[in-house]
Amino acid sequence: MITKRIIPCLDVRNGRVVKGTNFQNLNDVSSPVELGEFYSSCGADELVFYDITASAEGRQLFTDILKEVASKIFIPLTVGGGINTVEDFDRVLKCGADKVSVNSGSIKNPDLISQAARLYGNQCVVISCDIKRVDGVFHVFAKGGREDTGMEAISWIKRCVDMGAGEVVVNSIDTDGVKKGFDIDMLKAVCEAVNVPVIASGGAGSAEDFITLFKEIPDIDAGLAASIFHFGEVQISDLKKLLKENNINVRL
Amino acid sequence: MIAIIDYGVGNLFSLVSSFKAIGADAVITSDKNTIRKADKIILPGVGAFEDAAKKLRESGLDKTVLEEAAKGKPLMGICLGMQLLFAHSFEYGCHEGLGLIDADILPFEGRLGKELKIPHIGWNALKINQKDCPLFKYINDGDHVYFVHSYFAEKDIAECAASAEYGIDFTACVWKDNIYACQFHPEKSGTVGLNILRGFCEIGEN
Repeated sequence: MITKRIIPCLDVRNGRVVKGTNFQNLNDVSSPVELGEFYSSCGADELVFYDITASAEGRQLFTDILKEVASKIFIPLTVGGGINTVEDFDRVLKCGADKVSVNSGSIKNPDLISQAARLYGNQCVVISCDIKRVDGVFHVFAKGGREDTGMEAISWIKRCVDMGAGEVVVNSIDTDGVKKGFDIDMLKAVCEAVNVPVIASGGAGSAEDFITLFKEIPDIDAGLAASIFHFGEVQISDLKKLLKENNINVRL
Repeated sequence: MIAIIDYGVGNLFSLVSSFKAIGADAVITSDKNTIRKADKIILPGVGAFEDAAKKLRESGLDKTVLEEAAKGKPLMGICLGMQLLFAHSFEYGCHEGLGLIDADILPFEGRLGKELKIPHIGWNALKINQKDCPLFKYINDGDHVYFVHSYFAEKDIAECAASAEYGIDFTACVWKDNIYACQFHPEKSGTVGLNILRGFCEIGEN
Protein backbone atom coordinates (compact mmCIF):
# COMPACT_ATOMS: atom_id res chain seq x y z
CA MET A 1 0.00 0.00 0.00
CA ILE A 2 0.88 3.60 -0.45
CA THR A 3 3.06 5.15 2.26
CA LYS A 4 2.46 8.25 4.37
CA ARG A 5 4.63 11.10 3.11
CA ILE A 6 6.96 13.43 4.99
CA ILE A 7 7.46 16.67 3.11
CA PRO A 8 9.90 19.45 3.97
CA CYS A 9 8.79 22.83 2.70
CA LEU A 10 11.29 25.41 1.50
CA ASP A 11 10.11 29.02 1.42
CA VAL A 12 12.43 30.76 -0.99
CA ARG A 13 12.97 34.51 -1.11
CA ASN A 14 15.64 36.09 -3.29
CA GLY A 15 17.31 32.72 -3.72
CA ARG A 16 17.47 31.76 -0.04
CA VAL A 17 15.31 29.54 2.14
CA VAL A 18 13.50 31.47 4.86
CA LYS A 19 11.24 30.55 7.74
CA GLY A 20 9.29 32.79 10.07
CA THR A 21 6.76 32.50 12.86
CA ASN A 22 3.12 33.19 11.98
CA PHE A 23 4.28 34.24 8.51
CA GLN A 24 6.24 37.25 9.80
CA ASN A 25 9.80 37.97 10.91
CA LEU A 26 11.32 35.83 8.18
CA ASN A 27 14.78 34.44 8.92
CA ASP A 28 17.41 33.49 6.37
CA VAL A 29 18.27 29.80 6.62
CA SER A 30 20.21 28.23 3.78
CA SER A 31 20.67 27.50 0.10
CA PRO A 32 17.61 25.77 -1.41
CA VAL A 33 19.76 23.48 -3.54
CA GLU A 34 21.86 22.32 -0.58
CA LEU A 35 18.83 21.83 1.63
CA GLY A 36 16.97 20.00 -1.13
CA GLU A 37 19.85 17.60 -1.67
CA PHE A 38 20.19 17.05 2.05
CA TYR A 39 16.48 16.25 2.49
CA SER A 40 16.41 14.01 -0.54
CA SER A 41 19.34 11.99 0.81
CA CYS A 42 17.79 11.51 4.25
CA GLY A 43 14.44 10.19 3.07
CA ALA A 44 12.10 13.12 2.31
CA ASP A 45 9.28 11.78 0.15
CA GLU A 46 8.72 15.01 -1.72
CA LEU A 47 9.87 18.63 -1.64
CA VAL A 48 7.72 21.74 -1.70
CA PHE A 49 9.19 25.01 -2.91
CA TYR A 50 7.27 28.19 -2.24
CA ASP A 51 8.45 31.30 -4.03
CA ILE A 52 7.77 34.19 -1.67
CA THR A 53 9.66 36.79 -3.70
CA ALA A 54 7.70 39.65 -5.14
CA SER A 55 10.09 41.10 -7.72
CA ALA A 56 10.59 39.94 -11.31
CA GLU A 57 14.34 39.48 -10.66
CA GLY A 58 13.53 37.32 -7.67
CA ARG A 59 11.18 35.24 -9.80
CA GLN A 60 13.86 34.61 -12.45
CA LEU A 61 16.32 33.64 -9.72
CA PHE A 62 13.73 31.24 -8.29
CA THR A 63 13.20 29.65 -11.71
CA ASP A 64 16.96 29.16 -12.12
CA ILE A 65 17.24 27.61 -8.66
CA LEU A 66 14.29 25.33 -9.35
CA LYS A 67 16.00 24.03 -12.49
CA GLU A 68 19.17 23.37 -10.54
CA VAL A 69 17.25 21.55 -7.79
CA ALA A 70 15.28 19.49 -10.32
CA SER A 71 18.46 18.43 -12.10
CA LYS A 72 19.94 17.06 -8.88
CA ILE A 73 17.02 15.73 -6.88
CA PHE A 74 15.00 12.79 -8.10
CA ILE A 75 11.91 12.88 -5.91
CA PRO A 76 8.63 14.69 -6.65
CA LEU A 77 8.78 18.48 -6.53
CA THR A 78 5.82 20.73 -5.84
CA VAL A 79 6.13 24.42 -6.57
CA GLY A 80 3.97 27.27 -5.34
CA GLY A 81 4.02 31.01 -4.86
CA GLY A 82 3.10 33.58 -7.47
CA ILE A 83 1.05 31.14 -9.55
CA ASN A 84 -1.69 33.24 -11.14
CA THR A 85 -2.02 31.98 -14.71
CA VAL A 86 -1.61 28.80 -16.76
CA GLU A 87 1.58 30.42 -18.11
CA ASP A 88 2.92 30.30 -14.54
CA PHE A 89 2.10 26.58 -14.47
CA ASP A 90 3.96 26.13 -17.73
CA ARG A 91 6.98 28.10 -16.48
CA VAL A 92 7.58 25.97 -13.39
CA LEU A 93 6.65 22.64 -14.99
CA LYS A 94 9.31 23.25 -17.65
CA CYS A 95 11.86 23.68 -14.86
CA GLY A 96 11.15 20.19 -13.56
CA ALA A 97 8.25 20.69 -11.13
CA ASP A 98 5.80 17.78 -10.96
CA LYS A 99 2.94 19.56 -9.23
CA VAL A 100 1.97 23.19 -8.96
CA SER A 101 0.38 24.64 -5.89
CA VAL A 102 -2.07 27.54 -6.21
CA ASN A 103 -3.31 29.74 -3.40
CA SER A 104 -4.13 33.43 -3.88
CA GLY A 105 -4.16 32.94 -7.66
CA SER A 106 -7.14 30.60 -7.42
CA ILE A 107 -8.98 32.89 -5.02
CA LYS A 108 -8.67 35.75 -7.52
CA ASN A 109 -9.55 33.49 -10.45
CA PRO A 110 -11.11 30.09 -9.55
CA ASP A 111 -11.19 29.13 -13.26
CA LEU A 112 -7.40 28.77 -13.04
CA ILE A 113 -7.93 25.40 -11.32
CA SER A 114 -10.13 23.94 -14.04
CA GLN A 115 -7.99 25.38 -16.84
CA ALA A 116 -4.80 23.92 -15.37
CA ALA A 117 -6.45 20.57 -14.60
CA ARG A 118 -7.58 20.25 -18.22
CA LEU A 119 -4.12 21.10 -19.55
CA TYR A 120 -1.92 19.19 -17.11
CA GLY A 121 -4.20 16.71 -15.32
CA ASN A 122 -5.74 16.84 -11.84
CA GLN A 123 -2.67 15.19 -10.30
CA CYS A 124 -0.67 18.27 -11.22
CA VAL A 125 -2.92 20.83 -9.52
CA VAL A 126 -2.53 21.33 -5.78
CA ILE A 127 -4.74 23.74 -3.91
CA SER A 128 -2.97 25.32 -0.97
CA CYS A 129 -5.21 26.92 1.60
CA ASP A 130 -4.24 29.17 4.53
CA ILE A 131 -6.99 28.80 7.12
CA LYS A 132 -7.70 30.63 10.36
CA ARG A 133 -10.63 30.50 12.74
CA VAL A 134 -12.70 33.68 12.77
CA ASP A 135 -15.47 33.64 15.40
CA GLY A 136 -15.23 29.83 15.42
CA VAL A 137 -15.58 29.50 11.63
CA PHE A 138 -12.74 28.33 9.34
CA HIS A 139 -11.93 31.25 7.03
CA VAL A 140 -9.72 31.23 3.92
CA PHE A 141 -6.95 33.81 4.09
CA ALA A 142 -5.16 35.22 1.05
CA LYS A 143 -1.86 37.02 0.42
CA GLY A 144 0.33 34.80 2.60
CA GLY A 145 -2.14 34.78 5.45
CA ARG A 146 -2.55 38.56 5.70
CA GLU A 147 -6.03 39.02 4.24
CA ASP A 148 -9.32 37.46 5.39
CA THR A 149 -11.32 36.59 2.27
CA GLY A 150 -14.43 35.95 4.37
CA MET A 151 -14.92 32.62 2.57
CA GLU A 152 -15.73 29.50 4.59
CA ALA A 153 -12.78 27.14 4.09
CA ILE A 154 -14.36 23.67 3.82
CA SER A 155 -16.84 24.67 1.11
CA TRP A 156 -14.07 26.51 -0.75
CA ILE A 157 -11.83 23.41 -0.70
CA LYS A 158 -14.72 21.21 -1.90
CA ARG A 159 -15.32 23.62 -4.75
CA CYS A 160 -11.62 23.54 -5.73
CA VAL A 161 -11.61 19.73 -5.76
CA ASP A 162 -14.78 19.70 -7.90
CA MET A 163 -13.01 22.02 -10.34
CA GLY A 164 -10.08 19.62 -10.64
CA ALA A 165 -7.62 20.14 -7.77
CA GLY A 166 -5.94 16.76 -7.21
CA GLU A 167 -4.43 17.44 -3.80
CA VAL A 168 -5.03 19.81 -0.89
CA VAL A 169 -2.46 21.42 1.40
CA VAL A 170 -4.12 22.69 4.58
CA ASN A 171 -2.06 25.26 6.39
CA SER A 172 -3.47 26.29 9.73
CA ILE A 173 -2.50 29.88 10.51
CA ASP A 174 -3.68 29.23 14.07
CA THR A 175 -0.97 26.61 14.65
CA ASP A 176 1.71 27.74 12.14
CA GLY A 177 5.08 28.44 13.74
CA VAL A 178 3.74 27.72 17.22
CA LYS A 179 5.23 24.19 17.24
CA LYS A 180 2.55 22.67 19.46
CA GLY A 181 1.24 20.15 16.95
CA PHE A 182 -0.88 20.03 13.82
CA ASP A 183 -4.43 21.41 13.77
CA ILE A 184 -6.19 18.04 14.11
CA ASP A 185 -9.76 19.41 14.19
CA MET A 186 -9.28 21.52 11.08
CA LEU A 187 -7.56 18.67 9.20
CA LYS A 188 -10.25 16.15 10.15
CA ALA A 189 -12.90 18.49 8.78
CA VAL A 190 -11.07 18.73 5.43
CA CYS A 191 -10.39 14.97 5.19
CA GLU A 192 -14.08 14.23 5.74
CA ALA A 193 -15.07 16.67 3.00
CA VAL A 194 -12.86 15.56 0.08
CA ASN A 195 -11.59 12.37 -1.56
CA VAL A 196 -8.20 13.58 -2.78
CA PRO A 197 -4.92 13.48 -0.83
CA VAL A 198 -4.73 15.98 2.05
CA ILE A 199 -1.40 17.31 3.32
CA ALA A 200 -1.18 18.68 6.85
CA SER A 201 0.82 21.85 7.36
CA GLY A 202 1.43 24.22 10.22
CA GLY A 203 2.33 23.43 13.78
CA ALA A 204 4.76 20.52 13.79
CA GLY A 205 7.13 20.95 16.73
CA SER A 206 8.32 17.41 17.37
CA ALA A 207 8.39 13.89 15.90
CA GLU A 208 5.51 13.00 18.24
CA ASP A 209 3.32 15.56 16.48
CA PHE A 210 3.57 13.48 13.30
CA ILE A 211 2.65 10.27 15.15
CA THR A 212 -0.39 12.04 16.61
CA LEU A 213 -1.32 13.34 13.14
CA PHE A 214 -1.27 9.93 11.43
CA LYS A 215 -2.87 8.09 14.38
CA GLU A 216 -5.66 10.64 14.89
CA ILE A 217 -6.43 11.02 11.17
CA PRO A 218 -5.83 7.73 9.31
CA ASP A 219 -7.03 9.39 6.08
CA ILE A 220 -4.34 12.09 6.06
CA ASP A 221 -1.71 11.47 3.38
CA ALA A 222 1.24 13.59 4.37
CA GLY A 223 2.76 15.87 6.96
CA LEU A 224 4.59 18.99 5.87
CA ALA A 225 6.94 21.13 7.93
CA ALA A 226 9.76 23.60 7.53
CA SER A 227 11.58 25.00 10.55
CA ILE A 228 11.89 21.81 12.61
CA PHE A 229 13.64 20.18 9.65
CA HIS A 230 15.70 23.23 8.63
CA PHE A 231 17.08 23.78 12.12
CA GLY A 232 17.72 20.06 12.63
CA GLU A 233 15.34 19.76 15.59
CA VAL A 234 13.84 16.70 13.90
CA GLN A 235 15.84 14.55 11.47
CA ILE A 236 13.66 13.10 8.73
CA SER A 237 15.43 9.71 8.84
CA ASP A 238 14.85 9.44 12.62
CA LEU A 239 11.26 10.60 12.24
CA LYS A 240 10.49 7.95 9.64
CA LYS A 241 12.04 5.19 11.75
CA LEU A 242 9.91 6.32 14.68
CA LEU A 243 6.77 6.33 12.53
CA LYS A 244 7.56 2.80 11.34
CA GLU A 245 7.97 1.66 14.95
CA ASN A 246 4.52 3.09 15.58
CA ASN A 247 3.08 0.96 12.76
CA ILE A 248 2.69 3.87 10.37
CA ASN A 249 3.51 2.81 6.80
CA VAL A 250 6.45 4.90 5.56
CA ARG A 251 9.24 4.52 3.03
CA LEU A 252 12.59 3.92 4.74
CA MET B 1 23.60 6.42 -26.66
CA ILE B 2 20.07 6.30 -25.30
CA ALA B 3 17.31 7.94 -27.34
CA ILE B 4 14.47 9.42 -25.29
CA ILE B 5 11.64 9.75 -27.76
CA ASP B 6 10.09 13.19 -27.99
CA TYR B 7 6.65 13.00 -29.56
CA GLY B 8 5.24 16.10 -27.85
CA VAL B 9 3.96 14.43 -24.70
CA GLY B 10 5.16 15.35 -21.24
CA ASN B 11 8.12 16.94 -19.67
CA LEU B 12 11.43 15.18 -20.21
CA PHE B 13 13.62 17.42 -18.03
CA SER B 14 13.80 15.06 -15.04
CA LEU B 15 14.31 11.99 -17.21
CA VAL B 16 17.31 13.52 -18.97
CA SER B 17 18.70 14.74 -15.63
CA SER B 18 18.37 11.21 -14.22
CA PHE B 19 20.44 9.68 -17.00
CA LYS B 20 23.02 12.43 -16.57
CA ALA B 21 23.17 11.65 -12.86
CA ILE B 22 24.10 8.02 -13.57
CA GLY B 23 26.62 9.00 -16.22
CA ALA B 24 24.62 7.76 -19.21
CA ASP B 25 24.59 9.48 -22.58
CA ALA B 26 20.92 10.24 -23.27
CA VAL B 27 19.39 12.57 -25.84
CA ILE B 28 15.85 13.81 -26.36
CA THR B 29 14.99 13.24 -29.99
CA SER B 30 12.24 12.99 -32.56
CA ASP B 31 14.72 12.19 -35.34
CA LYS B 32 14.29 8.72 -36.82
CA ASN B 33 17.97 8.33 -37.72
CA THR B 34 19.07 9.22 -34.21
CA ILE B 35 16.65 6.60 -32.86
CA ARG B 36 18.00 4.03 -35.33
CA LYS B 37 21.58 4.81 -34.28
CA ALA B 38 20.81 4.65 -30.54
CA ASP B 39 21.77 1.60 -28.46
CA LYS B 40 18.60 1.80 -26.43
CA ILE B 41 15.24 3.55 -26.58
CA ILE B 42 13.10 5.17 -23.90
CA LEU B 43 9.42 5.75 -24.63
CA PRO B 44 8.19 8.27 -22.04
CA GLY B 45 4.72 9.72 -21.60
CA VAL B 46 2.24 11.42 -19.31
CA GLY B 47 -1.34 12.50 -19.91
CA ALA B 48 -4.15 10.77 -21.76
CA PHE B 49 -3.63 7.53 -23.72
CA GLU B 50 -5.69 8.46 -26.79
CA ASP B 51 -3.92 11.78 -27.30
CA ALA B 52 -0.46 10.25 -26.78
CA ALA B 53 -1.12 7.29 -29.11
CA LYS B 54 -2.37 9.71 -31.77
CA LYS B 55 0.69 11.95 -31.46
CA LEU B 56 3.03 8.96 -31.63
CA ARG B 57 1.34 7.73 -34.83
CA GLU B 58 1.13 11.17 -36.43
CA SER B 59 4.86 11.65 -35.87
CA GLY B 60 5.49 8.30 -37.57
CA LEU B 61 7.75 7.40 -34.66
CA ASP B 62 5.52 4.43 -33.77
CA LYS B 63 6.89 2.59 -36.81
CA THR B 64 10.49 3.45 -35.96
CA VAL B 65 10.03 2.19 -32.39
CA LEU B 66 8.43 -1.05 -33.62
CA GLU B 67 11.15 -1.61 -36.24
CA GLU B 68 13.95 -1.05 -33.74
CA ALA B 69 12.24 -3.22 -31.12
CA ALA B 70 11.85 -6.00 -33.72
CA LYS B 71 15.64 -5.88 -34.26
CA GLY B 72 16.10 -6.66 -30.57
CA LYS B 73 17.11 -3.17 -29.41
CA PRO B 74 16.31 -2.66 -25.70
CA LEU B 75 13.18 -0.51 -25.35
CA MET B 76 11.81 0.83 -22.10
CA GLY B 77 8.38 2.42 -21.67
CA ILE B 78 7.81 4.69 -18.69
CA CYS B 79 4.40 5.45 -17.15
CA LEU B 80 2.06 6.19 -20.08
CA GLY B 81 4.95 5.01 -22.26
CA MET B 82 4.51 1.58 -20.67
CA GLN B 83 0.78 1.59 -21.36
CA LEU B 84 1.38 2.48 -25.02
CA LEU B 85 3.29 -0.80 -25.45
CA PHE B 86 0.10 -2.75 -24.73
CA ALA B 87 -2.57 -3.91 -27.18
CA HIS B 88 -5.39 -1.63 -25.99
CA SER B 89 -6.30 0.88 -23.32
CA PHE B 90 -9.81 1.32 -21.99
CA GLU B 91 -9.17 4.94 -20.96
CA TYR B 92 -12.28 6.84 -22.17
CA GLY B 93 -13.26 4.25 -24.79
CA CYS B 94 -11.04 1.61 -26.35
CA HIS B 95 -7.83 2.73 -28.03
CA GLU B 96 -5.15 0.76 -29.80
CA GLY B 97 -1.57 0.71 -28.53
CA LEU B 98 1.62 -0.60 -30.11
CA GLY B 99 0.70 -4.20 -29.29
CA LEU B 100 4.17 -5.29 -28.14
CA ILE B 101 2.57 -6.68 -24.97
CA ASP B 102 -0.56 -8.67 -25.69
CA ALA B 103 -2.69 -7.38 -22.81
CA ASP B 104 -4.91 -4.41 -22.02
CA ILE B 105 -4.83 -1.31 -19.82
CA LEU B 106 -7.84 -0.97 -17.50
CA PRO B 107 -9.24 1.81 -15.28
CA PHE B 108 -8.89 1.65 -11.46
CA GLU B 109 -12.32 3.29 -11.33
CA GLY B 110 -14.91 0.74 -10.24
CA ARG B 111 -12.26 -1.82 -9.22
CA LEU B 112 -11.08 -0.32 -5.92
CA GLY B 113 -12.75 0.16 -2.55
CA LYS B 114 -14.36 3.58 -2.06
CA GLU B 115 -11.77 4.53 0.56
CA LEU B 116 -8.98 4.43 -2.05
CA LYS B 117 -8.31 7.63 -3.90
CA ILE B 118 -7.83 7.76 -7.68
CA PRO B 119 -5.29 8.50 -9.16
CA HIS B 120 -2.96 6.19 -7.27
CA ILE B 121 -0.32 8.74 -6.29
CA GLY B 122 2.60 8.16 -4.02
CA TRP B 123 5.35 5.80 -2.94
CA ASN B 124 4.48 2.13 -3.08
CA ALA B 125 6.48 -1.08 -2.60
CA LEU B 126 7.61 -3.31 -5.47
CA LYS B 127 7.02 -7.05 -5.31
CA ILE B 128 9.62 -8.51 -7.63
CA ASN B 129 8.64 -11.82 -9.24
CA GLN B 130 11.30 -12.06 -11.98
CA LYS B 131 14.49 -11.59 -10.00
CA ASP B 132 16.74 -12.04 -13.04
CA CYS B 133 15.21 -9.02 -14.83
CA PRO B 134 18.11 -6.60 -15.56
CA LEU B 135 16.07 -3.65 -14.19
CA PHE B 136 16.33 -5.16 -10.70
CA LYS B 137 20.09 -5.75 -10.67
CA TYR B 138 20.69 -2.95 -8.15
CA ILE B 139 17.42 -2.91 -6.19
CA ASN B 140 15.65 -5.14 -3.67
CA ASP B 141 12.22 -6.65 -3.27
CA GLY B 142 10.09 -4.23 -1.22
CA ASP B 143 11.88 -1.08 -2.39
CA HIS B 144 9.56 1.90 -2.86
CA VAL B 145 8.95 3.75 -6.13
CA TYR B 146 6.78 6.73 -7.06
CA PHE B 147 3.50 6.18 -8.92
CA VAL B 148 1.02 8.58 -10.54
CA HIS B 149 -1.69 6.81 -12.59
CA SER B 150 -5.39 6.04 -12.88
CA TYR B 151 -5.13 3.08 -15.28
CA PHE B 152 -3.24 -0.18 -14.87
CA ALA B 153 -2.28 -3.56 -16.32
CA GLU B 154 -3.38 -6.66 -14.44
CA LYS B 155 -0.80 -8.57 -12.45
CA ASP B 156 -1.48 -11.99 -13.95
CA ILE B 157 0.05 -11.27 -17.37
CA ALA B 158 3.06 -13.35 -18.43
CA GLU B 159 5.24 -10.23 -18.83
CA CYS B 160 4.74 -8.95 -15.24
CA ALA B 161 8.25 -8.70 -13.77
CA ALA B 162 7.18 -6.85 -10.62
CA SER B 163 3.84 -5.87 -9.15
CA ALA B 164 2.53 -3.43 -6.57
CA GLU B 165 -0.62 -3.38 -4.49
CA TYR B 166 -3.24 -0.65 -4.29
CA GLY B 167 -6.43 -2.35 -3.24
CA ILE B 168 -5.64 -4.83 -6.02
CA ASP B 169 -2.33 -6.18 -7.36
CA PHE B 170 -1.24 -4.65 -10.64
CA THR B 171 1.79 -4.76 -12.95
CA ALA B 172 4.50 -2.31 -11.93
CA CYS B 173 7.25 -3.57 -14.28
CA VAL B 174 7.12 -5.39 -17.59
CA TRP B 175 9.78 -7.60 -19.15
CA LYS B 176 9.51 -9.54 -22.40
CA ASP B 177 12.78 -10.24 -24.27
CA ASN B 178 14.16 -6.78 -25.16
CA ILE B 179 10.99 -4.95 -24.05
CA TYR B 180 11.00 -3.37 -20.58
CA ALA B 181 8.61 -0.96 -18.87
CA CYS B 182 7.73 0.73 -15.59
CA GLN B 183 4.30 1.98 -14.59
CA PHE B 184 5.96 4.25 -12.00
CA HIS B 185 8.41 7.13 -12.55
CA PRO B 186 12.00 5.92 -12.03
CA GLU B 187 13.16 9.52 -12.55
CA LYS B 188 11.13 10.52 -9.45
CA SER B 189 11.87 7.46 -7.33
CA GLY B 190 15.09 8.59 -5.68
CA THR B 191 18.10 6.26 -5.56
CA VAL B 192 15.95 3.20 -6.25
CA GLY B 193 14.69 4.77 -9.48
CA LEU B 194 18.18 5.76 -10.60
CA ASN B 195 19.33 2.19 -9.94
CA ILE B 196 16.53 0.83 -12.13
CA LEU B 197 17.66 3.13 -14.95
CA ARG B 198 21.25 2.01 -14.31
CA GLY B 199 20.16 -1.61 -14.72
CA PHE B 200 18.54 -0.73 -18.04
CA CYS B 201 21.63 1.18 -19.24
CA GLU B 202 23.85 -1.81 -18.53
CA ILE B 203 21.84 -4.27 -20.65
CA GLY B 204 24.16 -5.76 -23.25
CA GLU B 205 27.27 -4.22 -21.65
CA ASN B 206 30.01 -6.33 -20.14
